[in-house]
Amino acid sequence: MSARPASGRIGRRFAALGAEGRAALVTFVTAGDPDAGTSLALLRGLPAAGADLIEIGMPFTDPMADGPAIQAASLRALAGGATLATTLALVRAFRDGDDATPVILMGYYNPIYRFGVDHFLVEAAAAGVDGLIVVDLPPEEDDELCLPALAAGLNFIRLATPTTDDARLPAVLRHTSGFVYYVSIAGITGTAAASDHAISTAVDRLRRHTDLPIAVGFGITTPEQAAAVARVADAAVVGSAIVSRLAAALNDRGQPEPGLVDHVLALVSRLATGVRTARR
Amino acid sequence: MTGLGSSLALNSALKATSERAPKANASWKPTPARLWWRPWDRDLASPAGRDFTDIMQRNTYRAGPDERGHFGIHGGRFVAETLMPLVLDVERAYAAAQADPAFDRELQYYLTHYVGRPSPLYFAERLTKALGGARIYLKREELNHTGAHKINNCMGQILLARRMGKRRIIAETGAGQHGVATATVCALFDLPCTVYMGEVDIERQKPNVFRMRLLGAEVKPVTSGSRTLKDAMNEALRDWVTNVDSTYYLIGTVAGPHPYPMMVRNFQAVIGEEVRTQLQAAEGRLPDSLVACIGGGSNAMGLFYPFLDDPSVAMVGVEAAGLGLDTGQHAASLAGGAPGVLHGNRTYLLQDGDGQILEGHSISAGLDYPGVGPEHAWLHDVGRVRYESATDAEALEAFKLCARTEGILPALEPAHALAHVIKAAPTLPTDHVLVMSLSGRGDKDIFTVASALGVEM
Repeated sequence: MSARPASGRIGRRFAALGAEGRAALVTFVTAGDPDAGTSLALLRGLPAAGADLIEIGMPFTDPMADGPAIQAASLRALAGGATLATTLALVRAFRDGDDATPVILMGYYNPIYRFGVDHFLVEAAAAGVDGLIVVDLPPEEDDELCLPALAAGLNFIRLATPTTDDARLPAVLRHTSGFVYYVSIAGITGTAAASDHAISTAVDRLRRHTDLPIAVGFGITTPEQAAAVARVADAAVVGSAIVSRLAAALNDRGQPEPGLVDHVLALVSRLATGVRTARR
Repeated sequence: MTGLGSSLALNSALKATSERAPKANASWKPTPARLWWRPWDRDLASPAGRDFTDIMQRNTYRAGPDERGHFGIHGGRFVAETLMPLVLDVERAYAAAQADPAFDRELQYYLTHYVGRPSPLYFAERLTKALGGARIYLKREELNHTGAHKINNCMGQILLARRMGKRRIIAETGAGQHGVATATVCALFDLPCTVYMGEVDIERQKPNVFRMRLLGAEVKPVTSGSRTLKDAMNEALRDWVTNVDSTYYLIGTVAGPHPYPMMVRNFQAVIGEEVRTQLQAAEGRLPDSLVACIGGGSNAMGLFYPFLDDPSVAMVGVEAAGLGLDTGQHAASLAGGAPGVLHGNRTYLLQDGDGQILEGHSISAGLDYPGVGPEHAWLHDVGRVRYESATDAEALEAFKLCARTEGILPALEPAHALAHVIKAAPTLPTDHVLVMSLSGRGDKDIFTVASALGVEM
């Protein structure tokens, strides 16, 4: 592999936060939701609001693993003209002003497959993408995108779940790089939340199998929940709550009300405070 | 070698019935196994590289899928990690069931005494006379309990779910036939059943919605996306990912992650196996051609699969052309789609240039799906099966003709197959034996047909 996990923006960011003795806040927003301009303004504001890593959702018509909030975000973005090409353009524009914050694209395989895997990897690396999370590519399909992505110098971040038992974990972790994303519940995004105890037990189990940083997501909506995760894991991922906050600031016709970006960033700041004060 | 390469005059005769020439039947070569090999397989499966001699020498169209669920480039297991262990469980449990004679005995018992198999293979004499060409046989799957071929698969999978100790069944449905069949076997075995169905389909298939509820199933309306079959499948997957311990997902067609396409095909292959025996008794020979409609393609796979290695048997799958292939308002993913990944498998999909899934359109809710089973996608690629299409209007005409000449109301799905038969049969010699899968009955469609004919009910 040309890129080792410890190098690159993701590795550097986790190393720096480790030195600070705190966990990361990973924020998810859908690219182009509700339109390209708003989406870029929001992205640009995230690092100052306290996002340590940024996940950008690649819109897809059929997001099978996502709950209503992120489904709706995907459809808003598509209605606003988002495509995989505009998502990459958004990353390029973000990178113009920020060369440090890791950017991870998250989504489903078909738009990438349709775009062309090799072409996509070249474009994504050039745009400043650091890693990929592709929900419907389990290790059984590693030759589709995971191995080519690693060869192209991008991290491939795998999801581990409550159904991933000890026998299966090594296969899931084998080609994972950057960090491991632990899906804390068996379910879709933005619905139920796992108990602190369940998360802590799961993180301990993962640590026995890997030295990679461990992020925990699905079901984290409040600063308190984010803080609880930040006490045991290396990162807390918040998606649906942020996307829902955005949706609440749209008018009847789905257009952004004035102040939408600040409104969303205020939530991110509160989440960041939760994460940053968790271990004090 | 069985001489698979000797392409056939009868194929050509069928071919001549359409302007859209099939692309590969003429150059059909007996090397399908090769298509399962992909250079990079070696890197993953075994560091030392694998020995492909066996699969390359098999020289058959019936050996698929490979151990990772691939039919050529199609198939596979494209599901979220949460579901992957469950999919592997189903694969192991199905393999164990296949190896257990008791499983087959139990299945045969219920197919015979509950479903009512074998279904008749009926010589449609008046239809044959009316069309003035090929001798037309109808495989009467609409006479099965619940009125369609769907129960063949449901019976097999419910017995599997019971073996696995699952306590709850979920399913998706389009026309409602699979939902009714699932609700039926769940009632029979006293298992709670939740059926996901798009709001649009609920509206146009009211009788089946009521039947499911009478059978004790919960019908959950799906309001996301296009509110049809594809969205029902999304919601069923979301349910499965949320209820991993208790729940068995009973997929209704030859699609989804491996092993579903293979397993559903095997449960439906009883259709073709019976045709082989019944036609031997009736005509003393193999059919010359087989015709079936294609949504996901389970009745077609069930009819075709036992004959794939009989080179004299031509096969035609009929997709839904909706308002016409050139209108964009259709559900013909092989004719109008491109390879992509959705619902656990790679196959031909209706999609835009960005890989976003398009909404299919067909008068038939059961064909209104933007994909097709991966084995069909492969059979299309290698040219063993020819895929045609029929429009809403053609299916309606076929529906009416079948009612008046044979006294059978076909479902709108097989009415598409019949629409192709109406075009093809007159051009074929009178000693040509054509078998069409009459996959379901049309009672459920009378409101749709009435509305299309401008009749108020």
